[in-house]
Amino acid sequence: MKKLTSKEMPIGGVIDEKASSLEYKTGAWKSYKPIRDKKKCINCLLCAVYCPENCIKVKEGKVQDADLSYCKGCGICATECPVKAIEMKKLEECDL
Amino acid sequence: MKIEMTGAQAVSYSMMQINPEVVSAFPITPQTDVIKEYAQYVKDGKVTSEFILTESEHSALSVLVGASSAGVRAMTTTSSAGLAYMFEILGIASGQRLPIVMNVVNRALSGPINIHCDHSDSMACRDSGWIQLYSENAQEAYDQTILGLKLAEKMNIPVMVMQDGFICSHCFQNMEVLKDTEVKKFVGTFKPEYSLFDFKKSVTFGPLELTDSYFETKKQLSLAMDEVPKEYNKISEEYYKLTKRKYAPVEDYKAKDADYVIVALNSVCGLVKDCVDELRIKGIKAGLLKIRMFRPFPYNAIIKPLANAKWITVLDRSESFGANAPVYSEILSTMKAKDKIVTSSIYGLGGREIMKEHIMEIFDDMIKPKGKNLRFINSK
Repeated sequence: MKKLTSKEMPIGGVIDEKASSLEYKTGAWKSYKPIRDKKKCINCLLCAVYCPENCIKVKEGKVQDADLSYCKGCGICATECPVKAIEMKKLEECDL
Repeated sequence: MKIEMTGAQAVSYSMMQINPEVVSAFPITPQTDVIKEYAQYVKDGKVTSEFILTESEHSALSVLVGASSAGVRAMTTTSSAGLAYMFEILGIASGQRLPIVMNVVNRALSGPINIHCDHSDSMACRDSGWIQLYSENAQEAYDQTILGLKLAEKMNIPVMVMQDGFICSHCFQNMEVLKDTEVKKFVGTFKPEYSLFDFKKSVTFGPLELTDSYFETKKQLSLAMDEVPKEYNKISEEYYKLTKRKYAPVEDYKAKDADYVIVALNSVCGLVKDCVDELRIKGIKAGLLKIRMFRPFPYNAIIKPLANAKWITVLDRSESFGANAPVYSEILSTMKAKDKIVTSSIYGLGGREIMKEHIMEIFDDMIKPKGKNLRFINSK
């Protein structure tokens, strides 16, 4: 995301471009990362429904690999998963 | 046109002439008369404002944040606890650079609960990013509301116009008002750069700004504040052509050549002027420097009028407990560097009377110092 100076920024914090929040990758905030065990997953899609950031994509009724650009690591997906297929793993323990 | 009005009626009259699209308020003594009068204008069809009485001042100012973001003129009025209750939204209005105009009728903050005048309410908000204009009388409160609106819209900074509760707000005074058409022409139409109703240029108001941009937004406001005295002078020049009434961030009342100067703001200035006149007849060079603009503080404007002073006493009608009082603090920081004697006197807290004898006592002590303790005036 481009950093603007005080002279370049619109006054009063106004954002004068559309959909600029897409550039704000909130995924950088997380300290836990969700790891899905594809063998355990039953494709009930509850994780996709509950994810507050809409990170989990669904294609033809199947859970796809999540786009974690906006995943803050809240762990709601892991909590809601009925078969415990999602594990929240400390970021430093993950292969990035 | 000459007219007799109270300070409260005067500012309500100026609001009526401006006819802002939205007025939102909650009644509180002694501001009540402002909003009561305005309600009458609404009822009589003299204004077309959307008049929204909210359940609290916090909501009243929130309504105006919405209205101003939507690109229309928005005004309110309050006092004391009402202003304190608005505190959170004050920063939002200035942070989002919304040109809201508010009439503050100064009243002491609780507790103990008290309805009378002092400046603890508006002084507590001096760092909220609003322009603060103080008025000696009804005339100034009327004029500065109209001036203030234009200033707010020019700078995109909200403006507070102060007047003393009861002393100014409830006393009838002779004053002059402009014609409605003159006011309308002077303030013109409001054309905001951004507006929620501008569908061709859709924008986001009030987003989250964290470590990477909040500082820059506040820096913008700070730099804009630096330009305010200059803009105030430009607008007052235009206003002078219309009214022949001259406004400047400070009023030099016989201060320039004075040996003994009192610095003050709001209604007490009338009393000090009387005392100055009396001392001048006796051949004593006394003077008054009246502060109209307290935020931003016009540091450059006070240096010349105070250049000859041997002794400066600053009157404050509010305390900064355990520290220098608000007005004193500004004068001291500027004039101490110039090797002036600057002393502080607190007066009138909670509406305590301030009479001629008290002002004379302050002048006497500057003229022939007797080592009196004048930190608190007329206090037992």
